[in-house]
Amino acid sequence: MVVMEINTGTSIRNPVEPGFLRRAGRVASQVFFTPLGGIGCTLVLLILVIALFAPALAPYSPTAINVKERLADPSLHHLLGTDQLGRDLLSRVMVGTQTAMMVAMSALSIALLAALPLGLIAGYGPRWLDACLILVFDSLSSLPMIMLGLAIVVLLGPGIPTVILVIVIYSVPSYARLVRTQTLSLKSRDFIKAEQAMNASTPRILFGHLLPNVIGPLLILACLDISTVITLEAGLSFLGLGVKPQVPSWGNILSDGFSVIRSTALPVIAGGVPLILATIGFTFFGEALRDALDPKLARERKP
Amino acid sequence: MTAGTALIEANNLSVSVPGSGRWSLARKPPVDILIDVSVAVRPGEIVCMVGESGSGKTTFGRSLLGLVKPSAGQIVLDGTPLPDFTQRSFRRIRREASMLFQEPVTSFDPRQRIGSIIAEPRRIAGSGSLRNEDIVELARKADLAEPLLSHFPHALSGGQARRAAVARSLSVVPRLIVADEPTAGLDVSVQGGVLNLFLDIREEFQTAFLLITHNLSIARHVSDRIVILYLGRVLESGPAREIFRAPRHPYTRALLDSEPVPDPTKRRTAPPVIGEVPSLTARPSGCEFHTRCGFVQDRCRHERPVQSTISADHQVACHFPLSPRLTVVDQGPRLVPRAANRK
Repeated sequence: MVVMEINTGTSIRNPVEPGFLRRAGRVASQVFFTPLGGIGCTLVLLILVIALFAPALAPYSPTAINVKERLADPSLHHLLGTDQLGRDLLSRVMVGTQTAMMVAMSALSIALLAALPLGLIAGYGPRWLDACLILVFDSLSSLPMIMLGLAIVVLLGPGIPTVILVIVIYSVPSYARLVRTQTLSLKSRDFIKAEQAMNASTPRILFGHLLPNVIGPLLILACLDISTVITLEAGLSFLGLGVKPQVPSWGNILSDGFSVIRSTALPVIAGGVPLILATIGFTFFGEALRDALDPKLARERKP
Repeated sequence: MTAGTALIEANNLSVSVPGSGRWSLARKPPVDILIDVSVAVRPGEIVCMVGESGSGKTTFGRSLLGLVKPSAGQIVLDGTPLPDFTQRSFRRIRREASMLFQEPVTSFDPRQRIGSIIAEPRRIAGSGSLRNEDIVELARKADLAEPLLSHFPHALSGGQARRAAVARSLSVVPRLIVADEPTAGLDVSVQGGVLNLFLDIREEFQTAFLLITHNLSIARHVSDRIVILYLGRVLESGPAREIFRAPRHPYTRALLDSEPVPDPTKRRTAPPVIGEVPSLTARPSGCEFHTRCGFVQDRCRHERPVQSTISADHQVACHFPLSPRLTVVDQGPRLVPRAANRK
């Protein structure tokens, strides 16, 4: 054949050569070396480290009551002081980080796992099934969040599993909708038509080709949502609807501090500042990640 | 059709897009994209479907594989008709046929590497091996440079993507390849390469081709039979040699005449086609070509012509077919002869 592409490579590379790590590394550096992304990454890493090693890092047991030292001011013994039962606030904040991250991560993972197949089926399946699922999603998202939370807590009793359930019910509709919209726009694309013409089975098209193409935006949305979810958990706990009062959580610290706010503002600050930092951290991180992964933005950024 | 069983046959195939919904206030009638199209492809044959944009060529190719659902008619594979037009029924055809899309890059999953894309039909069929050597061998058959196998689709040029698509369709040897505008957007030299690749594939595997194109030079170069499509109807169909020498339909004639001639002393001998293609939503009465025909007569405006048989394999839908003596100036093959193009 006279006509050939210019074969530049003398090196013959393996057809299934892995370039994943290199790409992941490039994305990581793009996230880290933007101003907002740097702040976000640092905060997220800090929060994750504290959450993972909280029991080891905390100077005291977060539930040890010491009535003699109640509402102590910050000192070398108690860096953030103590609350009205004499529990060390720094220890409670650290272990509270663990609670917050555990609730957020598990709730979001469950929500993603549920939303992905539902959204794919709604987008790719028959029209009537789509209509049914959309009806369910719309009904769920039209319920007021706090009322729904109240109802579920009354039914099941407070506790971490209940909080997770509330968050899952709250976030599944929005994730499933995103997956559905993406699927709808992908399903008429030629590469899906080509799969059909190659006799690919429906599960193969759904999970082999649609899923990898919709999961990117979904993960970014979930990352941006972590802050919302943490706030939600703190809010529910503050209202006494979340985790049990003795379990350290940012919402419980806020709630406890609220009752003694006339004597000292320290517990409220100790519970509120990590909440703000976590919100800022995960939002910045998510936005930087979106910029790094979105191919259109990436192309615009290139010189 | 004569001479042996057809590999695949479309009988009076129609495709129409539904208008507005049943309960909609603004009633829009359905639009017919294809009307009563009958085409047969025999094993190892190259059939060219020629028509202007909007003539329904692409829709026909897609409807053969069930990517567009036909609204009426029949599709026959190896003498056995499909019972209905559900996705399940089309699986039988999809096992035997493969499709080359007009834009090959868009027919690749953007998150798969070319090597993996090429192996996909084999993976789906669950047959044949998936070792790297086999994929490399496939790429070699389609003249695809091996280093490209580790690239993502967007990194390929038009010609490379075209070859990758061909390699993919070869991975489970098809008996029919439906190629939609296989040379669109390629340099003339690369076009020749792709067409020669098709001829090689036919020689090696006895694969039949349905080439969908608006480019007559391509039809002239490779096809055994030609089907001329206009507004979703077949105006003329027959052996390529016969049609290129003596077209019977004024539209075919006009198409041949409008092909650029590299010799300024040769002038067109028939009146050219005038005006634009009519809209599919407002089809002309009678013969649908009458609005642009240079030989139009009163009868054409009122009465729709039926397919009349000229020879066993040559049909034309015209009240006043042209005389076979009115031959076209022979331009010879427009591409480099095959022998000269080989290594």
